Amino acid sequence: MSDPADLTISAAGALLRSGDLSAVELLEAVLRRASMTEAILHAFLTIDSAGASAAAAAADEAFAAGDDLGHLHGIPIALKDNMVTRGIETTCSSQILSGYIPPYDATVVERLKAAGAVIVGKTNMDEFAMGSSTENSAYGATRNPWDPDRVPGGSSGGSAAAVSAGSALAALGSDTGGSIRQPASLTGVVGMKPTYGLVSRYGLVAFASSLDQIGPLTRTVDDAVTVFEAIAGHDPSDATSYPGPVPDVRTALDGGVAGLRVGVVRELWGEGTDPEVAAVCRRAVDLLADAGALVSEVSLPSLEYALSAYYLIAPAECSSNLARFDGVRYGLRRAGSTVEEMMASSRHDGLGPEVTRRVLLGTYALSAGYYDAFYGQAQKVRTLVIRDFAAAYGDVDVLISPVSPTTAFKIGERTDDPLAMYLSDVCTIPSNLAGDPGISVPVGLDSGGLPIGLQVLAPALGEAVLFRVAKAVESLAGSDARPALATSEGAA
Amino acid sequence: MSAYDVVIGIETHVELRTASKMFCGCPVDFTAEPNTAVCPVCLGLPGALPVPNARAVEWTIALGSALGCDIAAESVFHRKNYFYADLPKNYQISQFDLPLCSDGKLDVEVDGVPTVVGITRVHMEEDTGKSTHMGAGGRITGSEGSLVDFNRSGVPLVEVVSEPDIKTPEQARAYATELREIVLSLGISDARLEEGSMRFDANISLRPPGQQELGVKVEVKNMNSLRSLQRALAYEIERQTKRLDADEPIEQATRHWEEESRRTAPGRSKEESSDYRYLREPDLIPVAVSRETIEAVGSGLPELPAARRSRYREMGLDFEAARLVSAGEGLGGLLEAAVAEGAGAASVANWLTGDVMAQIRSLGTPVEETPLTGARLAELVAMVDGGELSATAAKDVLAGVMAGEGEPRQIAEERDLMQITDSGFIEEAVDRVLAEHPDEVERLRGGDGRLTGFLVGMVMKATGGKADPRQVSEMIRSRAGA
Ligand SMILES: [Zn+2]
Repeated sequence: MSDPADLTISAAGALLRSGDLSAVELLEAVLRRASMTEAILHAFLTIDSAGASAAAAAADEAFAAGDDLGHLHGIPIALKDNMVTRGIETTCSSQILSGYIPPYDATVVERLKAAGAVIVGKTNMDEFAMGSSTENSAYGATRNPWDPDRVPGGSSGGSAAAVSAGSALAALGSDTGGSIRQPASLTGVVGMKPTYGLVSRYGLVAFASSLDQIGPLTRTVDDAVTVFEAIAGHDPSDATSYPGPVPDVRTALDGGVAGLRVGVVRELWGEGTDPEVAAVCRRAVDLLADAGALVSEVSLPSLEYALSAYYLIAPAECSSNLARFDGVRYGLRRAGSTVEEMMASSRHDGLGPEVTRRVLLGTYALSAGYYDAFYGQAQKVRTLVIRDFAAAYGDVDVLISPVSPTTAFKIGERTDDPLAMYLSDVCTIPSNLAGDPGISVPVGLDSGGLPIGLQVLAPALGEAVLFRVAKAVESLAGSDARPALATSEGAA
Repeated sequence: MSAYDVVIGIETHVELRTASKMFCGCPVDFTAEPNTAVCPVCLGLPGALPVPNARAVEWTIALGSALGCDIAAESVFHRKNYFYADLPKNYQISQFDLPLCSDGKLDVEVDGVPTVVGITRVHMEEDTGKSTHMGAGGRITGSEGSLVDFNRSGVPLVEVVSEPDIKTPEQARAYATELREIVLSLGISDARLEEGSMRFDANISLRPPGQQELGVKVEVKNMNSLRSLQRALAYEIERQTKRLDADEPIEQATRHWEEESRRTAPGRSKEESSDYRYLREPDLIPVAVSRETIEAVGSGLPELPAARRSRYREMGLDFEAARLVSAGEGLGGLLEAAVAEGAGAASVANWLTGDVMAQIRSLGTPVEETPLTGARLAELVAMVDGGELSATAAKDVLAGVMAGEGEPRQIAEERDLMQITDSGFIEEAVDRVLAEHPDEVERLRGGDGRLTGFLVGMVMKATGGKADPRQVSEMIRSRAGA
């Protein structure tokens, strides 16, 4: 048997049920992989070996007692460090939450635990999920398992790197402007952002509340479906949670693409797209057409303004969401001679430069006299983006584009140029503004051996067709390549 | 009176006494140990999210309906952003341009003159925590440190904003009194000013008569009684009048009423930033209220104070008695029960607004929690009206009833307070007193009427207070031939 750390959830599940593998053995394999790769990758901020071992042992006992909790029973899963975990430090990769131990579990954490999953630990991220490279972490950058000189993308870079390297079979990330899909693309894994409201945000430390959504990072589309099913569903603790039923994503999963209308989004294959990325994605689209998909080109003119609107709306919400980090009740506190001084210096020392930049940007955009010109205008663009998507989905079932205009870039390459960094998310941001689901599926490598992801987008609550097309993409154009670091030779 | 036109608007905060807080399940409990009625939501912990309290929404609709407001089918929560140590998220969830209730009115009356005060809006928000500063006399400046109790954080608040239709401190007080009575009649708050469960902030400006544009607005805070609201505004009118007369500018500011010195003083000079960067609350969806809910809440409203007062006036109470009985917690119920037992409304009201109110105040317990019932009150009134009990003795009997000693007649008998109407016994006492005080009788005959009172007193003493003073007085005057 190959190393259990490289198993998919479905393959591991079969072995756990046949008795050929125990949850404890599976966890040990994953922890062994982490111990070999973490010195290079730094995918994790916290590895909870003790808690995970106890959970794995409990999972084995439950299996022995004939108590099968389902697909995630005994599966090691990592959590992005912006999901609160009772008793386990949760920092959002920020100094200001250094040492902060939450007294409660996020709803997704409760659901994973109830499904028998084994929580391996908390993964590194861009501070408060603001970034596209996981370099904006107060605790050091995460590296890409395919090339440690390169970034894994972000902000869920730790989760993506962990799944890519085999130090978890799956991970949860959060996606505000592409923070699941873009790192998935850059590390060669599947990353999915659900429809806004399908997965509870209770316990997700907010970046931009109207855009944030939790979703899975896995090695296959099947596994993404499994994790999605475990975490989706109405939560009375989240007033923005969708109250209706979760779409049935399994029944038609293997239905293929014959007869489905696939729209290639003209605005998302623009000049900034690396020719190799465009070619690999184009080839995947051609394979879909060969398989019977009705491919056409569609245009969503408002997407030209989506990035600008996003960089007003997200910072505006962030400026308010992050106001609570003031040193009064928890986290870092600096001394001051007045309360205001204490708050100001705690925030000054506790929040990193990118977070500070966005808080300032958002504060400005919401200020009297500027509100209409900035935030108000951005909301209008958002409405146009929603309309353009709605119109497009009148003609096609899904939309297709690259996930990221480029493959993984070098560490440090874009840190001095925020605008270049912001452009990393140009293809993923529109669906956050619209609240629609999207997924990144690996479709090949560039000439430098770096992974490329294809993005499939669907209308709100269109997860069934989204996963169905994603699975077809995976089987027609998917790549079996694994990063060097994830093989025993590479890690040695 | 000021030579200027006075323009006053009042913002009122009412703490709702719902079982749980506005956006979480924590109990609304002011007796709990500090920071025990708290959870991740009302502590503003990372990741926590608000869920609106349906009961608080319903009660706000009730208040809005009582004030004749339009109830919005869809209203929206906003974040009011400002940094303060007892505001755990550093924003308050409130309502901004789309409040739940708007455009109502409240009728008030001062000395029989009615005025209509427009209600701009009635909206929902959450309360903050409570800071305690150690040392420095409880002030933040110079204190050694501050402690914050978040038990109050997230308690539902309703804010009622009036139009600037109020012209005098007396009208302001009448408005506040009436609003408080409505809140009490709806049973949605304790409305205790001294404890802060109802708070009034007043905006006041003066302008020369005839001037269209408003003068500079001053906000006055920290009035914790209806009387201090009136006093604070009277003080401000005087202060601003003097400044305007002397051509001195009025500074736009927040001023605090200081009860001991009976004056307003400027708040901390640093102008509080009024740029709250209102942001539509992205963690909440709009509050949708159906036509059916609005109608159900509207038709389920209890009798409001104005209606109750006019009903009491029709029962025979004068204006002031109707106001007092209608306002006093539980007094209206007693009046109605006693009248149902056959007592006269005006006599009962006399007792309620006099001795009953006085006793309740000195006991410090709500009238519902005392043994006084409508039936007992009716019996007491009947005994006095029937001449069986003197007014003085009746006070003692009432005290006995309130102390739980039993029925009025039984108490009067036990205490030997029943009035003696047997004229033979009284005549005997009168004759004895007159015989003992020949000088006084002489002076009474000489026309000094004051002596009657003295002699009545002596007879009352001789009979142990059981004689009817009116009967005694008549008898003395006829015996003395005065
Ligand atoms: Zn609470």
